[in-house]
Amino acid sequence: MEELDGDPAVTLIPGVNSKKKQMCFDWGPGEMLVCETSFNKKEKSKLVPNCPFIFIIRKDEDVYSQILRKLFNESHGIFVGLQRIEEELTGKSRKAQLVRVSKNYRSVIRACMEEMHQVAIAAKDPASGRQFSSQVSILSAMELIWNLCEILFIEVAPAGPLLLHLLDWVRLHVCEVDSLSADVLGSENPSKHESFWNLGRLDEARQMLSKEADTSPTSAGMCRTLGDLMRTMPILSPGNTQTLTELELKWQHWHEECERHLQDGTFTSSPHLETLCKIMLGDEAALLEQKELLNNWYHFLVTRLLYSHPTVKPMDLHLYAQSSLDLFLGGESSPEPLDNILMAAFEFDIHQVIKECSIALSNWWFVAHLTDLLDHCKLLQSHNLYFGSNMREFLLLEYASGLFAHHSLWQLGVDYFDYCPELGRVSLELHIERIPLNTEQKALKVLRICEQRQMTEQVRSICKILAMKAVRNNRLGSALSWSIRAKDAAFATLVSDRFLMDYCDRGCFSDLDLIDNLGPAMMLSDRLTFLGKYREFHRLYGEKRFVDAASLLLSLMTSQIAPRSFWMTLLTDALPLLEQKQVIFSAEQTYELMRCLEDLTAGRPVRGEPDAQRLQDDDIETTKVEMLRLALARNLARAIIREGSLEGS
Amino acid sequence: MGEIYAKFVSQKISKTRWRPVPPGSLQTAETFATGSWDNEENYVSLWSIGDFGNLDSDGGFEGDHQLLCDIRHHGDVMDLQFFDQERIVAASSTGCVTIFLHHPNNQTLSVNQQWTTAHYHTGPGSPSYSSAPCTGIVCDNPEIVTVGEDGRINLFRADHKEAVRTINNADSSTLHAVTFLRTPEILTVNSIGQLKIWDFRQQGNEPSQILSLTGDRVPLHCVDRHPSQQHVVATGGQDGMLSIWDVRQGTMPVSLLKAHEAEMWEVHFHPSNPDHLFTCSEDGSLWHWDASTDVPEKSSLFHQGGRTSTFLSHSISNQANVQQSLISSWLSTDTTKDRIEITSLLPSRTLSVNSLDVLGPCLVCGTDAEAIYVTRQLFV
Repeated sequence: MEELDGDPAVTLIPGVNSKKKQMCFDWGPGEMLVCETSFNKKEKSKLVPNCPFIFIIRKDEDVYSQILRKLFNESHGIFVGLQRIEEELTGKSRKAQLVRVSKNYRSVIRACMEEMHQVAIAAKDPASGRQFSSQVSILSAMELIWNLCEILFIEVAPAGPLLLHLLDWVRLHVCEVDSLSADVLGSENPSKHESFWNLGRLDEARQMLSKEADTSPTSAGMCRTLGDLMRTMPILSPGNTQTLTELELKWQHWHEECERHLQDGTFTSSPHLETLCKIMLGDEAALLEQKELLNNWYHFLVTRLLYSHPTVKPMDLHLYAQSSLDLFLGGESSPEPLDNILMAAFEFDIHQVIKECSIALSNWWFVAHLTDLLDHCKLLQSHNLYFGSNMREFLLLEYASGLFAHHSLWQLGVDYFDYCPELGRVSLELHIERIPLNTEQKALKVLRICEQRQMTEQVRSICKILAMKAVRNNRLGSALSWSIRAKDAAFATLVSDRFLMDYCDRGCFSDLDLIDNLGPAMMLSDRLTFLGKYREFHRLYGEKRFVDAASLLLSLMTSQIAPRSFWMTLLTDALPLLEQKQVIFSAEQTYELMRCLEDLTAGRPVRGEPDAQRLQDDDIETTKVEMLRLALARNLARAIIREGSLEGS
Repeated sequence: MGEIYAKFVSQKISKTRWRPVPPGSLQTAETFATGSWDNEENYVSLWSIGDFGNLDSDGGFEGDHQLLCDIRHHGDVMDLQFFDQERIVAASSTGCVTIFLHHPNNQTLSVNQQWTTAHYHTGPGSPSYSSAPCTGIVCDNPEIVTVGEDGRINLFRADHKEAVRTINNADSSTLHAVTFLRTPEILTVNSIGQLKIWDFRQQGNEPSQILSLTGDRVPLHCVDRHPSQQHVVATGGQDGMLSIWDVRQGTMPVSLLKAHEAEMWEVHFHPSNPDHLFTCSEDGSLWHWDASTDVPEKSSLFHQGGRTSTFLSHSISNQANVQQSLISSWLSTDTTKDRIEITSLLPSRTLSVNSLDVLGPCLVCGTDAEAIYVTRQLFV
């Protein structure tokens, strides 16, 4: 095993006294059951009253957030769309697609964050307000990391455009902090607004400068000079066709001009403007003086890059990043998890990014989706885990299992399992059987999922559960339908027997609408076939189609479809046909009937000591047999005469 | 079709229904009700697609629907119908049928009437009482008919505490949906592919007519009756097939149309433009079937008219013409297939689309992906 990256967090369970008592637990798919045992920690301590509760401990608590449910649902659609991106797409169009997908994910995070922010503001009690606010900052951090990963790993911006992307990145997230805290932008002191300069928003800065110039005419000249410098700063624009070397050259010229102004002492009379000029020259000390205006070290990093290394190469980023972090923190505080994650990204260490995120964030959503996207960028092939399959699949499985543990999000989990080639199917099989089925409609949805994936074992088990339920509720028709759907012959036989028993008890069939319409499903089990055919006999008889009814009845016995125990009933059913005015059974058929009757009576086992009830039963039985024999003999006589006379004529 | 708006609502939606517009009024639909299922707490909610004055004049939220009010519902909402302008009837997986009353003054919902044991397997008096989900309801003020997994049919009146009529064991399998044919006749569909017509004037537990799909016993999940041709009925099945029936003749469907790849959960004729039909399915699709012929005279009539009563006021000969073409539009078999135009309404496949409703130019549908889609311009 690999060593642990840190001590696992301790979760305290309110009410459980783990110091005095031993605890026991059991694993569930996404949660754990914990309770106190009656065993004390040390042998002979006093009896302490037990905690009477069993606690359910959930691993992935974010799954239960109402607002995050929107994130899960909306991103599910994006995820499925991403899996369907054709493999043939290569080069530019593929990259563009992937960037679009990444942006879609981010916009979902942002939408969620905005809503969470609204809720946080509207929250009535401060505790829940704080909780929502902390969710907002987590979401904001997620988006920040995702955006950086998008620039570095998916967009793979080369030197030049890279800085533009990074500028956008910082601008987006600093603005957000601005709008959320809403104080910086409101203030009216322009010289305090170096954050604008720092962001490279030179147009706004120039406007501020002219405002300053209006208020103090003495410094107007200086302001104009500085403004000119700002205007002439060469910046790569997206539509520009100039080469990197050209840009570097121009930039060098401009840099020298700035330096000359500084050395000439153009701005000595105004310390503010001098500072500005220094910042424009990329003077780290001057920048650091404005530290409180810079929100964080990556803000400092991008500003620094803008004024000193505008054509920074991706490979050199981590050098500047590290030194910016060190300079910014100045040894006063140690980096936080977010700093480590961003630093890992600047170092192009994807695995470290994912690892740190997994530890720092309270849900699997982020790492699962980000890893999947990076995997689609073909960035993760080489890395194999010592457990499970690869990292992408491992994280997706974790996330999907969390969804399945949720009362209603399980449906989303199915698609994630589908796209885990190695262990997805097995996981789905294990999870899907544990979905509680309280209505048939829900059962149908689960069945559809199983049938689409040819999970025959699960289909059978679900149908069986439903059939059993129906039998218990005395809904034989439903039970039969479910066993037919499961193609469960044994259960169909069992239900058919219940139907026949009911018939014997009551003398009529229940659920005719079903039995009359069995169709080809009748062939599922012999007993079911018999049930259907026997009912058909009744129908034919009812329709007075006696000849058809008679031959059907006979074939039920001769083909051995009818169970032996039912033969006496069938023969008794033949009685009224034998007693009809016209001859229905032919001589040959009558012989067959006689043989059946003799088979039945001869095969009777010798019984033990007869009691009164059995004697009476036997008596009825004997009378029945006698009557049948008589009727058969008379019918045989009539049939022979009729057949003989027909032949003679 | 115009823009379709999606909103994620953090609950799986099982039913969506437009509130009916008052008869004779010219306003379009602007309020709809939804029911949720499979959540730990389920709700019946009312939503508005109104403009809310000029608050959202920036256009950012135009067309988005806003929650007006909601109320806890015990169990999954299995079916939902507006009883009148203020009252909504909900069917529960616990076998309970509830009438909710909407108070527009303070925007709240309250329980108005409840039949807690409308559907059950073992009787409410027995110690082994077990309830059965109520699967479908249909309202025709003052009557409410409910069907359930217990194969039972109940006839309630809004002002009666007890059922007016109950047919126990009406069906040996699960009844999935019910609709009025012509009062007092109702039509049910069940899980073995049968359509049964019941006449409440007749005593006894037997249907007056049974129609069924041939052989395969494919369960039927939904049914809708043509708004003006009362003998024309559409059903949707487990295999996603759309069947059109003429209940006056034959015991088999007039036409079977290959449609969705999984269960068709709902089918609806457009109430005022019945040449148009809408279906939704477990496979995550929502379809618009257009069977109107290309005769320009007729289509213009429909688009201007917008309401059944409108074309009834035309001259007799004209009306006969329309009737003729209507009959042919859904009942003629071979030519139908060539003429029907099918459009998929949702931008991308999602999880199951459980329910839809159409009223005038508006359509609403709800999905297992916890989204509600609304469009206000169906026929653009």
